Amino acid sequence: MKQDRYKERLACRVRAMEQLTAAAWSMVIECLEAAAKAVPGQFVHILPAGSFTLRRPISICGIDKEAGTLRIVFEVRGKGTDALSQLHAGDTVDMLAPLGHGFTLLPENARVILIGGGIGTPPMLPLARHYGADAVVISGFRNADAVILQQDFAETGAKTILCTDDGSAGRAGLVTLPLEEEICAEKPAMICACGPLPMLKAAAALAQKHQIPCEVSLEERMGCGIGACLVCACRTLDEHGDEQYLHVCRNGPVFKAEEVVW
Amino acid sequence: MADLSVRICGIDFKNPIIPASGVFGYGKEYEQYYPLSELGGIATKGTTGAKRTGNLPPRVAETPMGMLNSVGLQNPGIDHFIAVELPHLLSCDTVILANIAGSTPDECAEVAAKLDSTDVHMIELNISCPNVKQGGAAFGTSCTAAAEVTRAVRRATKKPLVVKLSPNVTSITEIAKAVEAEGADALSLINTLLGMRIDLRTRRPILHNNMGGLSGPAVFPVAVRMVWQVANAVKVPVIGMGGVMSGEDAAELMMAGASAVQVGTAIVQDPYAPLRIIDELNAWLDANGIASAAELTGTVRPW
Repeated sequence: MKQDRYKERLACRVRAMEQLTAAAWSMVIECLEAAAKAVPGQFVHILPAGSFTLRRPISICGIDKEAGTLRIVFEVRGKGTDALSQLHAGDTVDMLAPLGHGFTLLPENARVILIGGGIGTPPMLPLARHYGADAVVISGFRNADAVILQQDFAETGAKTILCTDDGSAGRAGLVTLPLEEEICAEKPAMICACGPLPMLKAAAALAQKHQIPCEVSLEERMGCGIGACLVCACRTLDEHGDEQYLHVCRNGPVFKAEEVVW
Repeated sequence: MADLSVRICGIDFKNPIIPASGVFGYGKEYEQYYPLSELGGIATKGTTGAKRTGNLPPRVAETPMGMLNSVGLQNPGIDHFIAVELPHLLSCDTVILANIAGSTPDECAEVAAKLDSTDVHMIELNISCPNVKQGGAAFGTSCTAAAEVTRAVRRATKKPLVVKLSPNVTSITEIAKAVEAEGADALSLINTLLGMRIDLRTRRPILHNNMGGLSGPAVFPVAVRMVWQVANAVKVPVIGMGGVMSGEDAAELMMAGASAVQVGTAIVQDPYAPLRIIDELNAWLDANGIASAAELTGTVRPW
């Protein structure tokens, strides 16, 4: 059928599925063109099969340009992500990718601190691969059962610091304490963060206090994913300091911390 | 290959499928996927006299077979539209319907007057936005207000004037007749249905605006019904919309009385939706031995 030509443009094959924790899943998707274009911080926009109206935006966790694959790690939060978790290798997904603007990439020998909170941790992995041993990855989770990707981060050569709210794995407490210690030990060239809003806000405040450039990856309920429908609004300041709405899908998901109205 | 062309208010459309206002911005986001010349027309993002920042997020919520939105007419204002967006749109070889809105009849008239001196093909007056406090749906839910704003805009422009109606009314035919009497050249319907969802955990409405406009397949039967009622009540052409997801949906809305069909939520889901719907409509016409899409309009055989 002629109309299949449009489906084909978005259809991608699932190469591998792996359950990481009770709620978190890893999916490797074959998408030669998208993998060739993707940069750290961008996202994919997947339409779960079934009677769903909206796509689900999910951060890219791995970019393998040679294999032509992208990896995503997502948490089952509702029916849409539950449907995605039930896919198997060989199934196809309807995916627009890569979308959005990624993190600013400094030269590989720059000292950067990467902060990930919970399911905000996955987009830090491509950055850790870029910076390797010059990166410090501080990731925080609710408890030991929610911890993901620590082996992946260790393999990049980055220094890893694990925190949990209840101390059941790594250090007890929030990521902000080790963040300040690392800043004081040696001032980084940049801080990149993705996670819950209070965590991003605290990381942005510390960056501002120490005068370090900081970029944050934001989340918002999203529509088209390409900047047309204007639903995923994010309150920001323009160059004159006036408030305006930018959009997470097109202007983000990565924003400079100082332009976000917290 | 059926003849897909349709003619509305003397304007030729190469096919009857038009991205609806709001989901398509000013078109440029979609040009990375296909040339806009493949589309029958484009209804551009609702534009007001002055720039509007829109509503606080969240602005979207998924619903069974549909979605709610409350963008709140975020747009850069008519002067920006005319200076920056319109010249390119007019070079795209498709019909441009400039969707306009305002808080008062005077603002709507002022916006229309500015467009009157451009080469835009049609003006679509939105009297039905459910997401702004002033104007918007307030115009579209009473015959008096709908007539007043239509009269003001009619005086301001000689362009073909399409008035976009709200479904959030007791009798849409009464509004349609009032607007037709004031000189509307065509009607488009339906805008979204006012709806609401609540997050059980936080007891907060999902939308920051509390309420928003429901669209998608869930509203399609309401659209079919209202297009049918309005097409039977007025003499001017009707452009149908509301949850069209496929070529067969488009054919159904045309049988109900629509001369062309706008597509909204389907595009939010899939940027290629309008092209797929054009192809599907074409295939359906061929499979049923119908030579021209225009022949479908109003051919429902009611019991």
